Amino acid sequence: MSKEFLTAIPDGAAGTTADGSLPVRQERRGNVLMNKEFLAFIAVAALLAAVPFTFGSSITFIAMCLAKGLAVLGILILLRAGQVSFGHAMYFAIGAYAAAFLSSAFRGIDMMVLVAAAILASGVAGAIVGVFVTRYRGIFFGMINLAFSMVFYSILEKAFHITGGSDGMRIRRPTLLGMELRRAEFDVAIYYVILVFALLSVWLVWRYLRSPMGEALRAVKSNETRLEYVGLSAKSVLLGGYIASAVLCGLGGVFMGMVQGLATPEHAFWTRSSELVFIAVLGGPAHVAGAFGGTVLFEAVRTYAAALLDDSWQLILGVTLILIILWAPGGMVELFRRFTGRNRVKTVTSGEAGR
Amino acid sequence: MSEQSAPRLLLQAEGLKLHFGGIIAADGINLSLYDGEHLAIIGPNGAGKTTFLNICTGYLRPQGGYVRFENREITAHPPRDITRLGIARAFQIPQLFAEQTVLENMLLAASVRERHWNPLRNLHAIPERREMEELLELVGCSDVRDRVASELPEGKRKLADIAIALALKPRVLLMDEPTSGVASADKFDVMETLMNALRKAKVSSVFVEHDMEMVSRYATRVAVWAQGKIQTTGKPDVVLNDPEVIRNVIGG
Repeated sequence: MSKEFLTAIPDGAAGTTADGSLPVRQERRGNVLMNKEFLAFIAVAALLAAVPFTFGSSITFIAMCLAKGLAVLGILILLRAGQVSFGHAMYFAIGAYAAAFLSSAFRGIDMMVLVAAAILASGVAGAIVGVFVTRYRGIFFGMINLAFSMVFYSILEKAFHITGGSDGMRIRRPTLLGMELRRAEFDVAIYYVILVFALLSVWLVWRYLRSPMGEALRAVKSNETRLEYVGLSAKSVLLGGYIASAVLCGLGGVFMGMVQGLATPEHAFWTRSSELVFIAVLGGPAHVAGAFGGTVLFEAVRTYAAALLDDSWQLILGVTLILIILWAPGGMVELFRRFTGRNRVKTVTSGEAGR
Repeated sequence: MSEQSAPRLLLQAEGLKLHFGGIIAADGINLSLYDGEHLAIIGPNGAGKTTFLNICTGYLRPQGGYVRFENREITAHPPRDITRLGIARAFQIPQLFAEQTVLENMLLAASVRERHWNPLRNLHAIPERREMEELLELVGCSDVRDRVASELPEGKRKLADIAIALALKPRVLLMDEPTSGVASADKFDVMETLMNALRKAKVSSVFVEHDMEMVSRYATRVAVWAQGKIQTTGKPDVVLNDPEVIRNVIGG
């Protein structure tokens, strides 16, 4: 069938020589780009891996940034589909509480079991809630997510005989692959575990967003009619992205919970959800690096501005966001590209190919 | 169907009825499309031509009647299911994935067709890439292959829309004014290329068209729509010379 398609090309339909050279040039460009990004990825990974030996005092700060960055990465997936959720802190809390329940039920439970439980719990919750919320788009999508998360928040607060109410639940220090760790050892160990999971997630999400399924997410944003008319349900595409984003938030939550040794209803509160969206916009949705860059900036401003200016860190962040939205709507990713003279990839290739 | 050598029945609409308030969009439409046919639908604006395509692809649910495709009832099935069965559609207003390049639009369609859902495989690395590039060449879109769909001129958008439909390897292609928006100098070239492609790929088609020259050249059969009904059907040379059709449709 396809052969017949090919032979149907009329004479002179296109300049084959001019066209024949295009794919090669483009692929090479693609490789250079990928290699550069890959090198940057390796460099950042190496730098982060060296932190415990160089800036040992900041590992908890960075570990928390990475944990939160994982959740922001989840928000980024939904932004690809043009959707904003104001309730994803729920999955963050589900991750943390999954660890809290298990660690209080089983003494000496392993960190990997807690992580697996958080992935499972947030994934299942994401699938169930996702079936309902992926029917909606835009403001309705955002609001219904908010509603689900606030119901969950209320349950965590009110059912204090199970959840400890607003005091939350302690997460006992787990073992790591069967090893009992002391406080200082644990801090370093969990730092590396989070780092490994963060790097792995970045790589996976980066690949996913370039796969047919990930590209279909962008199609949900641009044209659902055509998506239906190529034979794909926009709802199931979005559901796939939704579950992935829930799992990433759950991972962020379990790591944050283990670092702090605590799971509180506060994790599920709506301001936490909008904080994740805030960071995603600040960092820039165009690239996975934006999620972590945004988180580090956000947490740094919060930590240091709070020390310098007491209560005005929100003001500083607010002004920063306004500036970003007005002058660099692509967030830090766009700023980075501007300063390094790297235009948007698409524009470059289209300019070339047009000739 | 009773004839021995009759070609296979592909698409069959029977007694389709649909009213929007007081407006009659379909009032007992009976139409069959046989394998190898290229059926042109003509008629004045508001006669229900696009509504017919919308019912056939499941976008609208008729209040009466049914649609069958290869002897399977498909009335009001979701468009995605009907598409997967082999009915593709090109739109009057092109429906493209605006943020992606033309090639990416095609690759996405091919991925759905072949069910490439491995989340670690790059969209550009699917084996159908060459096929899609050639299909773009076929419809004369390879010059805009790497341009973002939203930046295309209208004529190219139209062609890209048809190319996406063809990427699905359909049995039947429904086209709503395929050459509207294409520069009039290129219209016949485009249609020629398109019909050649359809014939070679053994795709049957239904197309809504206002240009009678186009209809007489490329249609194997014509159906004349009027107020939600089919006024007449037949060979182009017969129908287009029917005085009543000339008065109502062609002469205006």
